[in-house]
Amino acid sequence: MSLRDLFARREVSASEIVAAHLERIDRVEPRVEAFHTLMAASAKKQAAELDLGLSRGETPGPLAGVPVAIKDVLAVKGVPATCGSRILETFVPPYDATCVTRLKEAGAIVLGKTNMDEFAMGSSTEHSAFGKTRNPWDLERVPGGSSGGSAAAVAARETPLAIGTDTGGSIRQPAAFTGTVGLKPTYGRVSRYGLVAFASSLDQAGPFSRTVRDAALALSVMSGADPKDMSCSTEPPGDFVAAAAGRGRQIKGLRVGVPREFLGEGLDPEVGQAVARCHELLASAGAEIVEVSLPTTGYAIAAYYIVATAEASSNLARFDGVRYGLRDKDAATLRDMYESTRVAGFGPEVKRRIMLGTYALSAGYYDAYYLKAMKVRTLIRRDFAEAFTKADILVGPTTPTPPFRFGEKLDDPLSMYLSDIYTVTANLAGIPGLSMPCGFTRAGLPIGCQLLARHFDETTIFSVASALEAGLDVARAAPPLAVDR
Amino acid sequence: MKIALEEVQRIAHLAHLRLSGDEAEKLRGQLDQILGYIDKLDELSTEGVEPAAGGMIGPGPPMREDSVAGTLSTEDALANAPESGRGHFKVPKVIP
Repeated sequence: MSLRDLFARREVSASEIVAAHLERIDRVEPRVEAFHTLMAASAKKQAAELDLGLSRGETPGPLAGVPVAIKDVLAVKGVPATCGSRILETFVPPYDATCVTRLKEAGAIVLGKTNMDEFAMGSSTEHSAFGKTRNPWDLERVPGGSSGGSAAAVAARETPLAIGTDTGGSIRQPAAFTGTVGLKPTYGRVSRYGLVAFASSLDQAGPFSRTVRDAALALSVMSGADPKDMSCSTEPPGDFVAAAAGRGRQIKGLRVGVPREFLGEGLDPEVGQAVARCHELLASAGAEIVEVSLPTTGYAIAAYYIVATAEASSNLARFDGVRYGLRDKDAATLRDMYESTRVAGFGPEVKRRIMLGTYALSAGYYDAYYLKAMKVRTLIRRDFAEAFTKADILVGPTTPTPPFRFGEKLDDPLSMYLSDIYTVTANLAGIPGLSMPCGFTRAGLPIGCQLLARHFDETTIFSVASALEAGLDVARAAPPLAVDR
Repeated sequence: MKIALEEVQRIAHLAHLRLSGDEAEKLRGQLDQILGYIDKLDELSTEGVEPAAGGMIGPGPPMREDSVAGTLSTEDALANAPESGRGHFKVPKVIP
C-alpha cells in the first residue's frame, strides 16, 4: 500500500494519517453513517505507538499506518460487537478475532466498527437495528449488504481498507453496489475465530479496498492456518501481492469462462454491457473466452436459504440472555426468560430466518428440505468442477442490477434473497470470488464484475483483476460526496 | 398452502420465540411464499447424489498438539453476563 510506504519513508506519520481520516469521517459520516462505533481515541493511540516504533528503528509491518474498519460481526477486544442487533447491544468481546490480531500485528490501525444487517442477514444493511447506511454514490440508495457499512466507508474514502464477511454475497454484492473491490476468500483461507457465526459452513471474512493490490495485501496478512479454527486450512498462501502487481499468471492464453446462466433473464442490460466489456478487454489481452454452463444456478437460492437458515437457527440458539447481551430481567421462569429476551432482541429478518431454519431441520421435514439442499450443494460443486476443466477463471456480473432504493425490497423477503443469485453459488461451493468496479450506469451508479476461481486459487483472481483494473480505469473514480467540501 | 398457523406456532416454540397472533399470521404468509419458492428443488433429480458434508475443502481438519494453553479467566468470561455470582451465570429458578 502506498500509504504504508509513505509512512515507512517517514513522509507522513501514522498520527497524520489517522487525523486526516478522522477529519474525512467527520465531514461525510453524517450523510453516509457507515460506522456503528468510531474508535478515534484508540486509533490515535495506536498511531502514536507506530510513530514511536518507527523513530526507534522498528521495521514497519506490511500494513503499518494503514487505517482499517471492521464489520461489527468480528471481535475487537474491548469494543462492542453488536452484529447490528439489539440482543448484542451491550456485548464487549474479551478477545480479538484472529484476522483482527493479524491486521493489528501488520501495523493496521483500527478506526472503528461498521454497520451491517443484523447478524449479517440481508442484502441492503436496512436490517440493522441501529439505522441504515447510505450508498455514497447516491444517498437515496442502499450500499448493499450485509457488509454495507464496510463497503460504504471505503467508497466514501473514510478508510482505505475495511473488513467484511460473506455468507452468500455479503462482501461482493456491497462491493459491486459501492464501486469498491471486495474479496470473499476460499472457505478456510481466513480463520473464523472471533467471527460471530451466521452459517458456519459458508461464512468467510475478507477485505474491501479501492484497488486490487490492497485487497491482495490484506488477504496475505489475514490468511493462514489457525489452531483456534479447525475449519481454517493449512493450504499455503500464494504470492497474492505479486499476482496483483501483474507478476502472476499472464493473461495471454488464459481460459476465461463466461457462465451462460449469469447472463440470462433478470440481468440489467447496462450491467450486462459493462461485463461484456471486461470479456472484450481480456480477449484483446490474449485470453481465450469460452462459454461455460453452471446448470444448477437457478436452484442455488433455494438451496442456500435452507442451508444458511438451518445453520443460523442452530448458531443463534446461543443468544438466550444467559451469557451475554440482552436479558428480560422480569421473566419468572427460564423458558419465559429465553423467549422474551429473544423476542425483544431479534429483528424481523432474523426471526424469519430462525423460523425457516428450524422448520427445515424439524422432524418430518429434514429429508425434504435440509438433506435435499445439501445434495443440491453437491451438484453446485460439480457444476464448478466441470466448468473449471474448461476455464481457469469465470468472469460475470456480481449482481443482476445496480443498487436499489431504500424500502424497495424491504417488505418482500424473497425478492431481496433473489438479488444474491450470482453470489451464493461461490459460498455453497467454497470457491473464492472477487467483485471489482467495471463501470457505471448512465445514472452514475457503480457496476461490479465478479471473478470466480478454483479453491485456493486467489492468485489467478488477482492476476486477472489487476489486468482488468489497468484496462478499465475506473478504480480512481470517487463519489461526489467524497471530493466536495 | 405450505404451512399452517399452528405449525408456525409449533416451530416458534422449538426456536424459543414467542409470536403474537399478528406476527404469526404475517410470518405464515411469508414462510409460505418462501417455501413455495424452495419447492422448485423438487424439479432436480438428486438420486444417487451424496449430500455435501459441510464447508471444508480437501483433507479433514489438521491435527495439533494437545498442549496446555491459556484461556479466558472466569472473570473475563462472566464480564458480559446479565447476571452472575460466585463464578457462575445466574438464571431464573429452574427447579420449583
